[in-house]
Amino acid sequence: MEVFLQQVVNGLQIGFVYALIALGYTMVYGIVRLINFAHGDVFMVGAFIGLYAIERCNLPLPVIFLLAVFGCALLAVAMERVAYRPLRGAPKIASLITAIGVSLFLEYFTALRQVFGPNFYSFPRPFAVSSWEVRNISLTNIQAIIFFVTIFCLGLLQFIVHRTRLGRAMRAVSYDHVTAGLMGVNVDLVISLTFGLGAALAGVGGVLYGIAYPQVNTFMGVMPGLKAFTAAVLGGIGSIPGAVLGALIMGQSETLTSAYLSSTYRDGIAFLILILVLLLRPTGILGTSRTEKV
Amino acid sequence: MILLEAHGLAKRFGGINALNGVDLHLREGELVGMIGPNGSGKTTLFNVITGIYRPDRGSVAVEGKPITGLPPHRISRLGIARTFQNIRLFKNLSVMDNVGTACHSHVRYGPVSAVCRAERFYEGERELRDKVLDLLSLFSLQDRRGELAKNLPYGDQRRLEIARALASEPKILLLDEPAAGMNPSEVGKLMEFILEIRDRHRLTILLIEHQMRLVMGICERLVVMDFGEVIARGTPQEIRSDPRVIEAYLGQDSSKGN
Amino acid sequence: MKALLQPARFLAPFAVAAASGTFLAAAGAVNPYWIQIFQLACITAVSALGLNVIYGFTGLFSLGHAAFYGIGAYTAAFLMKSYGGDSQLFFLASLLAGGAGAALVAWLVGLPALRLTSDYLGIATLGFGIIMKVLFDNADSFLPQLGGARGMTGIAKMTGFAWAVMFLGVSLLAVRNLIHSSYGRALLSIREDEVAAGSMGIDTFRYKMAGFVIGCSFAGLAGGLYAHLYVFLHPSNFDFFKSVDVLIIVVLGGLGNMSGTLIASFGWIFLLEGLRVILPPGYIELRWVLIPVLLIVTMLQRPQGLFGIREFPLLRGDPE
Repeated sequence: MEVFLQQVVNGLQIGFVYALIALGYTMVYGIVRLINFAHGDVFMVGAFIGLYAIERCNLPLPVIFLLAVFGCALLAVAMERVAYRPLRGAPKIASLITAIGVSLFLEYFTALRQVFGPNFYSFPRPFAVSSWEVRNISLTNIQAIIFFVTIFCLGLLQFIVHRTRLGRAMRAVSYDHVTAGLMGVNVDLVISLTFGLGAALAGVGGVLYGIAYPQVNTFMGVMPGLKAFTAAVLGGIGSIPGAVLGALIMGQSETLTSAYLSSTYRDGIAFLILILVLLLRPTGILGTSRTEKV
Repeated sequence: MILLEAHGLAKRFGGINALNGVDLHLREGELVGMIGPNGSGKTTLFNVITGIYRPDRGSVAVEGKPITGLPPHRISRLGIARTFQNIRLFKNLSVMDNVGTACHSHVRYGPVSAVCRAERFYEGERELRDKVLDLLSLFSLQDRRGELAKNLPYGDQRRLEIARALASEPKILLLDEPAAGMNPSEVGKLMEFILEIRDRHRLTILLIEHQMRLVMGICERLVVMDFGEVIARGTPQEIRSDPRVIEAYLGQDSSKGN
Repeated sequence: MKALLQPARFLAPFAVAAASGTFLAAAGAVNPYWIQIFQLACITAVSALGLNVIYGFTGLFSLGHAAFYGIGAYTAAFLMKSYGGDSQLFFLASLLAGGAGAALVAWLVGLPALRLTSDYLGIATLGFGIIMKVLFDNADSFLPQLGGARGMTGIAKMTGFAWAVMFLGVSLLAVRNLIHSSYGRALLSIREDEVAAGSMGIDTFRYKMAGFVIGCSFAGLAGGLYAHLYVFLHPSNFDFFKSVDVLIIVVLGGLGNMSGTLIASFGWIFLLEGLRVILPPGYIELRWVLIPVLLIVTMLQRPQGLFGIREFPLLRGDPE
């Protein structure tokens, strides 16, 4: 039993990181109906920002998070301006292909020797790992940090979305951007800020991931990105609580499969769960079906 | 002979009763009009009859055969065709292809003949093409047959939708606001046109319309809906002076005829 | 009988090209490396045509195309390696078996998946693709010859210039003849407006299944040809990136345009290889920096793809 609970705790560790990434996917999809394939690479940039901040500048952890937040937000806002905004009126597939292009560019450009480099780099932990036992289950300080930072971010996000004017504007634009614009909402600004917000969370996720799994590489965002995106769909794309729920499910299924089945099937199981859920609930667990008016 | 019969149809969306126990029948050859305020359930009724929605309660039958719950393509093959309130043409297909698609259920060659270009394919395509051109010339669209549907002017698009519906050789034609957006002279032409195709193709027609001139002008009888229920039936004269209808829909202008 | 007259006329130039190419290759007139690349382009075009049938013509967003390519590759390679020796006839049979295998799996996947709407179908097929890759990685635990994560070796190099060109010709013929027929129009109508198509008498689910299965079988055929060209199969050849590659080709060429798919397939393959040759040795990885930039710029300039509706004369509909 304790082994199981231990695995659950480990599953929560990766699940929370996925949640931070998944939120970015779901918010962007909710507001512009775009699957931002480059989002996983924003997460990767966050991890590298963390790497350089610790390695070269030896900064304290909160500052590192802030740097990742701002760096990634800036990157996402730039991406949106240059690659996505011009295609807003074009068929959706064009934006998707462009997003794929941006993703590939980020991965390979940063892999150049002159930028981050093509190798795997070791992420230095800014503190010593310690753990303590609660009823035979060990909890590390890394896990504690991940839990607290993620929950803090989630709380902040909930506050922004439901209790600020920006949040109300975001929700309005996601329902009907034309009318929102007519009602005086600066749609372009809201969209940029949404991208920025999602990227900020991914940046935090990148730093946390680097601390927990201290090996980074410019392609590290691919699988977590796909999984986080799947998590967002699993929970109901466009739904913020759904993204978190989906991410936790993905994290659990991955960890439990690795522990009890075999780690080689780990990636497959997560997607199998997705497909099963979609068959039963085609719009995801917490998703709302948009009935087409005929 | 009763061609279409609907009993007790009910359909709910979320918290709204779009249809709340609707009965309807159509006799062969009739031209019936359905009127009522926006949101009264007219299009929902069309969608239930044609199988796009499954009713929560009630039944529909064509020539005595029950069709409730059948998918739209089966119902289409049983002889019911329709147009849509917001035009649903195949935008990136040509005028010819839009109408040709509706002929697909009658196609006389199989996919293998198509891939091998057997004689049967060429014969079938010729036959189909002739049929489509005949239909298009009825609607004066044959000169635009190669144009993409999305590039047609609005009035032509509406007519194309009707042409497409006729291509499936239906017995019953459901028209959803065929005169929407038309000016008075266009409406007049449409009125003549509907009567003409009804006679030529031996159709039974049920149409939804807001333009009173058309409705009062060509419909033999009317069905009035409000809040998902039928609130009145009768001839145009009877409906015109029915106080319930006036209250729900026609308003003060009813005595002036439009 | 007039049947097969048009197909013969259509395939004649391909037969000529196949014969000349084989002759030139045998005579050593062309660098064998570029012959191989040309064949890869033909094979890629076959696979991309399949995705165009699924997405460009029927409107089904599939992100798992590489999985079916892989199913065809492993099936054909396994059969040929186990039973075929070096028989040309058996090679053809194994290719067809690869296509059939892909078609069967597509049918099974399509039954549940095609009920989903566009974006969700994309995700479901993406998920399926990843599951297939995991299965390919672990294939050696149920069939050791498939090699699993170590890769499959010992495949005979059966694919020749003639095979590649003729398969491309037949694929183009089949797609062209299908699209320019009532059945093709039925598929197109589903892409345009599924509700209206159903109301016009078209069994939309059945036709979506047909489009999906046909498209995936093209991928399977292409996979078999690929296996016997590069004679080494590794699961990483059939991952999500490969599905993305073929999607890029189809969108770049223009959705629903066969000529565009053809040009984009050749363009993509030759660009990738051309850059490998042009770029100085230490900078080969710049390929993958330049290509995405090119992709982004192209999409920004021409979001509808390179080709719109116009096709090459050979691929247009029959004259009125």
